[in-house]
Amino acid sequence: MIKAKNRLGLVFFPAFDWAISPTHPEREERLLYTQDQIFEEGIEDIEGIKFYNPIVAENRDIERVHFAVPDVESRVTKSHLISVGGAIKAFKAVMEKEVDKSFALVRPPGHHAQRVVYGDRGFCIVNVEAVALERIRQEYGNLRVAIVDTDCHHGDGTQDIYWNDKDTLFISFHQDGRTLYPGTGFIDEFGGPNAYGYNINIPLPPGTGEEGFLYVLDNVVLPILDEYKPDLIINSAGQDNHYTDPITNMNFTAQGYAKLNDKLNPDIAVLEGGYSIEGALPYMNLGIILAMAGIDYSKVKEPDYNKEKLKQAKDITDYIKQVCNIVYKKWRNKEELWLKDIKGKDYIQNQRQVYYDTDGIMEKQVQNFKVCNKCSGVNTIDSRSDTGYHIFAITIPRDACSNCLDEGYRLYKHSLNKYTNVYLQDRVNDEYLAR
Amino acid sequence: MIVGLDMGGTNVDGVVIEDYKIINKVKKPTNRDDLFGSIWSALRELLMGVDKSKIERINLSTTISTNAIVENKTDAVGMIIQPGPGLPYDFLACGDENIFISGYIDHRGEIIENFNLSEIERAINIFKQKNIKSCGIVTKFSIRNPKVEKSIKKLLEKDFSPITMGHTVSGKLNFPRRVYTSYLNSAVHSVFNEFSSSIKKSLSQEGVDAPIFILKADGGTMNISAAEEKPVETILSGPAASLMGINAMLPTSEDAILLDIGGTTTDIFFLANGVPLFEPLGIKIDRFKTLVRAIYSVSIGLGGDSSIDIEEGQIKIGPTREGKPYSFGGPKPTPTDAMIVLGQIHDGDREKAYDSMLALGEKLNMAPEKIAESILYTMADMIKDKVDELLDEINSHPVYTVKELLYGKKIDPKLINIIGGPASILAPILEKKFKLPCYFPKDFHVANAVGAALAKPTTEINMLANTSQGVLSVPELGLYEKVDRSFTLQKAKEKTVELIKESALSLGASKDEIETEILEESSFNMVRGFFTSGKNIRIKAQTKPGLIHELRSDWND
Repeated sequence: MIKAKNRLGLVFFPAFDWAISPTHPEREERLLYTQDQIFEEGIEDIEGIKFYNPIVAENRDIERVHFAVPDVESRVTKSHLISVGGAIKAFKAVMEKEVDKSFALVRPPGHHAQRVVYGDRGFCIVNVEAVALERIRQEYGNLRVAIVDTDCHHGDGTQDIYWNDKDTLFISFHQDGRTLYPGTGFIDEFGGPNAYGYNINIPLPPGTGEEGFLYVLDNVVLPILDEYKPDLIINSAGQDNHYTDPITNMNFTAQGYAKLNDKLNPDIAVLEGGYSIEGALPYMNLGIILAMAGIDYSKVKEPDYNKEKLKQAKDITDYIKQVCNIVYKKWRNKEELWLKDIKGKDYIQNQRQVYYDTDGIMEKQVQNFKVCNKCSGVNTIDSRSDTGYHIFAITIPRDACSNCLDEGYRLYKHSLNKYTNVYLQDRVNDEYLAR
Repeated sequence: MIVGLDMGGTNVDGVVIEDYKIINKVKKPTNRDDLFGSIWSALRELLMGVDKSKIERINLSTTISTNAIVENKTDAVGMIIQPGPGLPYDFLACGDENIFISGYIDHRGEIIENFNLSEIERAINIFKQKNIKSCGIVTKFSIRNPKVEKSIKKLLEKDFSPITMGHTVSGKLNFPRRVYTSYLNSAVHSVFNEFSSSIKKSLSQEGVDAPIFILKADGGTMNISAAEEKPVETILSGPAASLMGINAMLPTSEDAILLDIGGTTTDIFFLANGVPLFEPLGIKIDRFKTLVRAIYSVSIGLGGDSSIDIEEGQIKIGPTREGKPYSFGGPKPTPTDAMIVLGQIHDGDREKAYDSMLALGEKLNMAPEKIAESILYTMADMIKDKVDELLDEINSHPVYTVKELLYGKKIDPKLINIIGGPASILAPILEKKFKLPCYFPKDFHVANAVGAALAKPTTEINMLANTSQGVLSVPELGLYEKVDRSFTLQKAKEKTVELIKESALSLGASKDEIETEILEESSFNMVRGFFTSGKNIRIKAQTKPGLIHELRSDWND
């Protein structure tokens, strides 16, 4: 029998009784064929691979990351708490050293869920990785973490959550926002005042294939990770870059995805999107499992795999090289750029609109980050939705200084009456208030 | 009148049961060099003075196939394996010759690429050269489409027999196990068939014409002709016999822990609402993980004759047995010696038993009686630790739906049923440790034979209907047919129940003893593009494992 080189924990929770709607891409059937493949290959008999059930996350875990409006109960279902619980289990198995690595194959996905949650966007309500990671930080202390989002869509939710957090490096490579939902993820989205340069986007042209993705990895992602030296690397593992995916336009393959994981060498992977459920997911997931377990994946391929047909065009290759060059230079120059763009300012304000495509909600928000020289700085969100809410949300970051802590509480106490809801996230004391 | 016989490693036990009572019993030592002779002499003795015309059935639990595998006395098998893309496959080379062929079937059952005829011709040549007669043919995903296995079988039929096709051994997904199970089935074919023809011949010479059934590892039986086809199903039926025996003597409908405490080992089983727990995929034999359906049983090296040492100031019992107990002339102190010192067993040399406890006690500064007591408590602790660990594992087995995760059944034992030599002595201690009532039957010595006698035919089938492709398959029955778009979960359930009844009848079950049960059912909407293209319906069903009847109550509590 085969033995895994790395002990791998698998939280395989296909949620066969949950769907957004009967014909939605996020439906019961999504991981059915992945399960067939995993079972048929005999993965559970491989020495060193261990299967875990999810735990059920608590409302408090959600509040640590999100401002669910009006509250967690109204927005978050048991299925979401279990999906998050699956990721928590995956993290814990690694933290407790029961396994070397883990992979949470859970649904629903999460990387489009931002700090404020009025509803479902991009099939996500709760940011699975972020909620799991913050629970782990709460239990095990602060960790330096890199989240590499390999989904075809920009991980705008994760970007929003870690925008101003230097201890969480966020790197997303994805199909260019000018050609795909959610329409963000450009190079100049570079992080908040305290984490300027720690939010890295690599927008890729439609038609990017194995060559392009591995180029990005070798020339941007891996060098940055080498310099950043994270305690944990998380792969936000969407699988919709596949050449058969029905809602994207990329040319990635199971082999490529396995290689990517082999090189990236993540401690934890969490499944995100990926909707070619028969033609891609069974092979992509198998590839990731084998790569993470350190088992030969060279024989994993799709039924219709054709290397020649999937070869990346030369103009695409050249374009990707240019993008990579710009992104990497910008990372190297982040301190200078900070001096130029941030230094001397007391606050940085961002105005933006957020569209909830799944639920059809429009939100307008103003985020305000205090530039503090002692900590990440207290920050606030003033947000209105077309469902009638107007909320004010205050975040006191994990590393807040006493001034920022006091200021957070002061803002909460003295907030104006015009708001329908006011929230305070006190990460220092793990306290979450609302009124 | 039913005859039950269980051949174990040391003894052959037999019973005759009539009107819910044991009317005759026998115990004979097993001669490993003559298994048929051992069984036959026990059977003959058992049938002496019995009205042979009243025998309704004969149920046998044998170690014929198990021994052949463990002792490496199986036939050479030529394997033809189609691994397709996926895991590396060298580790699947279990046959004496292994030919890996090209082509593959995907998870939908579509033949993406066919095999090459020349590969099969090459295999035939090699097998012939090596004088191999038995074959196994297994493709990945053959349970989704058996065509490739069937067409290769056609090519081999002229020259080889037996030939086991992977899709016939189980309807469960697990390619490596399917390969091993198919290999073993062909490997034990002749040794089992020799046995079965001898037993049939001998019985008919004795004037017995009752149907003969063979016990399986799942605690059910199959008639002897089914066993001749699928002899791999006869492996490791011993633990199943003892579990069925406990259930016959101590019936319950609760969650329960079942223990068979012997001289060398303790076997642990569990009941959920009175029904035995199964291995999720199949039993492991020798180095092979198989798809042979089996009762979940875990054996630990702890019994009445386990040797005792003191290590780092602690009493250490087992896992080995180094011979008889000290009081019976053995080399080491054992739990049996402790029981003799405590006056709970009146056998063996009491003085020697006392000496052995005295010597152990000195190392821990304890009086002989005190350490003897300590030994029994340690035994109970060891059993409890293992049971707790297993329950943890069982209760965290993977589930795949929100409903199961939130409300799924957890095993919560309400009682313990024990058989075996030390059962009555350990029961009160286990009762204290587990805080659960413990029961043991009077006549545990023949529990295994009783279990074999009262087991009834069992079978399991897995149906998959994909109405988008228009295919319905039940691999265990070799069924692969068209199905139309109007097929529903309800229709599928009805069809499964019909099929499982037929299958049970073909295994020799009588109509009134077939109790069908649907274990799993699901129906997925298949959406392609923006339209529902069909349904993916999956059903697992079985005949409920159980007893022909219970034994009339004569147990202690």
